[in-house]
Parts: sequence; C-alpha cells; structure tokens
Amino acid sequence: MVQTSNLLPHRFVISGRRLVIAVPCVWLLLFFLVPFLIVLKISFAHTRLGVPPYTPLWEWTSQHTLHLSVTAANYLFLARESLYLEAFLSSIKVAFISTCCCLLVAYPMAYGIARSSARWRNVMLLLVVLPFWTSFLVRVYAWIGLLRNNGLINNALMGLGVIHEPLVMMQTDFAMYIGIIYSYLPFMILPLYSNLEKHDLTLLEAAVNLGATPFKAFLQITLPLSLPGIIAGSMLVFIPAVGEFVIPRLLGGNETLMIGRVLWDEFFNNRNWPEASAVAMTLLLVLVLPIMIFQRYQAREAGAGLHH
Amino acid sequence: MNHTRSRLLPALLAMGFAFLYIPIISVIVYSFNNSRLVTVWGGFSTRWYGALLADHRMLEAAWLSLRIAAVSATLAAILGTLAGLVLARFGQFRGRTTLSGMASAPLVMPEVITGLSLLLLFVAFAPLPFVPDERGFTTIVIAHVTLTMAYVAVIVQSRLSSLDESLEEAAMDLGARPAWVFILITLPIIAPAIASGWLLAFTLSLDDLVITTFTAGPSTTTLPMMIFSKVRLGVTPEINALATLMITLVAVLVVAASVLMARKEKSRERDVHLAQSTGSAL
Repeated sequence: MVQTSNLLPHRFVISGRRLVIAVPCVWLLLFFLVPFLIVLKISFAHTRLGVPPYTPLWEWTSQHTLHLSVTAANYLFLARESLYLEAFLSSIKVAFISTCCCLLVAYPMAYGIARSSARWRNVMLLLVVLPFWTSFLVRVYAWIGLLRNNGLINNALMGLGVIHEPLVMMQTDFAMYIGIIYSYLPFMILPLYSNLEKHDLTLLEAAVNLGATPFKAFLQITLPLSLPGIIAGSMLVFIPAVGEFVIPRLLGGNETLMIGRVLWDEFFNNRNWPEASAVAMTLLLVLVLPIMIFQRYQAREAGAGLHH
Repeated sequence: MNHTRSRLLPALLAMGFAFLYIPIISVIVYSFNNSRLVTVWGGFSTRWYGALLADHRMLEAAWLSLRIAAVSATLAAILGTLAGLVLARFGQFRGRTTLSGMASAPLVMPEVITGLSLLLLFVAFAPLPFVPDERGFTTIVIAHVTLTMAYVAVIVQSRLSSLDESLEEAAMDLGARPAWVFILITLPIIAPAIASGWLLAFTLSLDDLVITTFTAGPSTTTLPMMIFSKVRLGVTPEINALATLMITLVAVLVVAASVLMARKEKSRERDVHLAQSTGSAL
C-alpha cells in the first residue's frame, strides 16, 4: 500500500496547490473567456427567425459532409451604416469628456482628503465610499427628481426669481453627463487618494524651501508623482462609460447615440443577435488598449483603493 | 498663496460632498412627502411606505433579488478569495497572467458586453445535460458571481500583498501543512477583507440591472428590473420610499462594518505591539 503513491505517475496526483489554482481558473475560463468566443462565433452567423435567432456556423449534413456558413455581413453592415460609426464616436467622446470632468472634480477632493488629519480622513473616505455602495439605479433615479422641469433645481431657481421658465435639463446631454460623472466619481477619487496618500511631503517642503511657489511645487512634484493614480482612475471611469446603457437611457435624450444603447436595442428590440454580437466584438476591440493599460496599473494602484 | 489654498481646498471638498449627497438626501426627504405630486411638499407622511408594503409584485421581486444576492455573494466570496490568494501568494505558475487578466477585466468590462456574452453562452449550452433549460435564478447567480468575484479578488489580493508573509513562513517552518497555515493564520488575517468583499458583492448583485436583464428568463423579474420599468414611466413616490429603504439598509451595514473593522484592527495592532514589547523585555 505504501508503494501505490510512487506507482502513480506524478502528473496524476492532484496537489492541493493545483486544485486551489484550478477552481477560480476553471470558473473564469468557462464563464468569462468562453462566452467571448461564442459572441465571436455568432457575430459571423446569419440572422434567422427562430430559436435561437441565428444560423449555426457549421453543420454535419446527411451526406456526412461538414457544411460551413460564415458571413462577414454583420461587420460590413457596421462599417456601411453611418449610425454605428456615429454611435461609437459619440460614446468615446462622452466617455472622454466625462472622464476629464471626473478628474477635475475628484483631484481636489482626493488631495484634500489625503492631506487631512487621520480622524477626518477616515470619515471622509467613508463618505466617498458610501454612495458607491448604495444602489447605482437609485442614484441615477435621484437625479431625475432634481433635473425635471418641475424638479427641485427648477423650483428653487424659479422661487429665487433667477429664471421664469423652467430650464429643460432632462433628456439632454447635460443630464447624461451629470449622471455619468456622479455615478463614476468614487472610482476616480479612490485610486487618486491611495496614490496621493503615499506621497513623501518632505519633497514639497524641500522644493518650497528652495524657493518654488506652492503651485509650482505641485505642478513639478505632486502632479507627476500622481500620474499612476490619474491613469488608473481614468481607466476605471472611461472603459465602463463607453458602454454605458442605463444612464443615457434614463437621463439622456433620444438623439444621443451611445453604443451601449444601440447594442441593447439591436438585441432586445430588433432581436438581431448576430448584429448585436458584431457590435459587442467591435466595442471590445475599441476597448482592448484601455483595458490593457488598466490591467498594467491595476495591480499597482487601484488594488489598494477599492476597499476602505 | 498658502493662505488662499488652505481655504480653497475645504471649499472644493464641501462642494464635492454636496454634489455626492444632495441627490440622495432629496430622495429620502421626498419619500416622506404626503403629496402624490413628487415635487410639491404636502406635509410629512409615511403613506408611501405603506403602499410599498402592500405591493406584492414589488415584494416578490425584492425577495428574489435578496436571495440571488445572498447566494452569489457567498459563492463570489469563496471564488474571489481563492483567486486573490493564488495571485498574491502562489508566485509564478503557468497561466498566472491569464488568471490575473480574467480576474480584473470584469471590473471595467462594459456590462452590455458581459451580459450579452453570458446569455449567448447559456443559449449555446442549453441543449447539454445539467444545464438549466429555463433561464432564471441559476443563470443570474452565475452571471453575478462572475462579475463580483473580481471585486473580492482585488480586495483580498491587495490585503494580502500589504501584509508580510513572515507569520505564514514561520508556521510553515514549524512544520504546519499549507492547508492548516491558511486556515489558522491567513484566513483570520484576511477575514475583514473577505467580509467587505462579500458585502460589496451583495450590494452589486442586489443592484445589477444590465447583466441581469440579459441573463434572466422571460418570467423572472428582479427588483432593479422592476424599478427600471417604473422609472422609465416617471418618478413615483413609492420608488422614493423604496430607494430610501435600500439606502438606509446599505448605509447601516457599511457604517457598522467599517466601525467594527476599525475596532478589530486597533485591537490587533495592540496585540502586535504587546507581543513585540514582551519579546524585547525577555
């Protein structure tokens, strides 16, 4: 009996270490990677009426021959219809502007928190994290109550006599930008904070002692040192914002083209699964570079920032 | 210069926090409004909470969402902890880069892509045995676990890499098997990280709309799906009441958890301090 383990070839012995590695790997392969391959496959299929609403790419015919049916029509349609190109460009524009606005709002906040006393710092961090934990849908919904024609902002402004007619803010790009910036702000503040908190303040003191103005010291020392935090935060905002669906749908207007909305309509309203798959694959292609940048910085910066 | 900046920074901070909290506070205030017109104040009332509790479809959806969130948060906590442990402590192995990529990509992946790809997976595999024919509870749980385990993995991994390995190494040197080292040493240290990971997974699952809509069958309606379809028709006082309940629940949980963890951390630091001073006294 003692000999059996030696008789087994080594590779058949499942060590605990291998098992621990295998469990999360298998789950993610099966439910994260394989699904993308299926999307890729279906993006080359034809649409048909039926269940499922796409044709199989390969089929064994009754004569035992393999019948292949692959089409690039879905991608050609994407390239030909200006609607899709416009939607992609407009999504990237919206995500880019939102990321910049988030950075402008978040940087002073993260800086202020990082330079406060330890006691205040923990309270303020909790205040930043709290909205991030509360329902995203509820927070977007809250803005409808503020921005509507007879909402809180218009009522307040008319009550003060600043305006006489309500400002139309709902279903505009303005409302959509507010919603995106508001929802993604904590994702920008946290990585920035975790970077700024680690800075060595003696560097700034030295610079000021050597005659630099505080502003110049900030530009030449703090800002370059915080670049990894800026990049990590920007990627955490930009990438999901490009594919955002809920905020443009609830706050934005009908004329605002966002690719997430186009994909959703293609799938649920037109039931064109192959076209929706082609849109998803193209979107993924657009986002590959930002995702790779995010992954490089994620290990170093954002990791520490996501928990409080 | 220094003087103006010292006043500018608190002002910017205050404005930032006002931006974050005014929408939330306005929802809470208006949930106690007696008037059906959401923006006209008609006196204090809790009638919308009563209306909410009488809405059976809403309660059913809420119960379903809570069950989905509890199951998927638990699975995500287990899988995410394993992934975080492997990435932080197992050194180099074949497939490490792939695992680290797969474990962090769901954090930023647009939800429409994740949702669509999981739905197409479930449809493609539906003819196979052991795969549920009808989409619903199980498929939603699988989708939520895949999304939220990434958050748990990041939290656990960053917690582990901020701790030095000397305790674990000491236990190994004394002859403890790796599994026992994990249970007796590593697990107690990362327990707060796993707990906050679980909580985050729970709230993310409870809140998810896009991925859920893709992976839910036609007969399944979760709470966010219910809210979304109502909100599209306009603001209603019942939704204000529901939103207030959700905000309160999460705020109480998160504040309690962080106070508890801060206290634990303090007593742990005291123990370490005590151990060190005893050590040097001997």
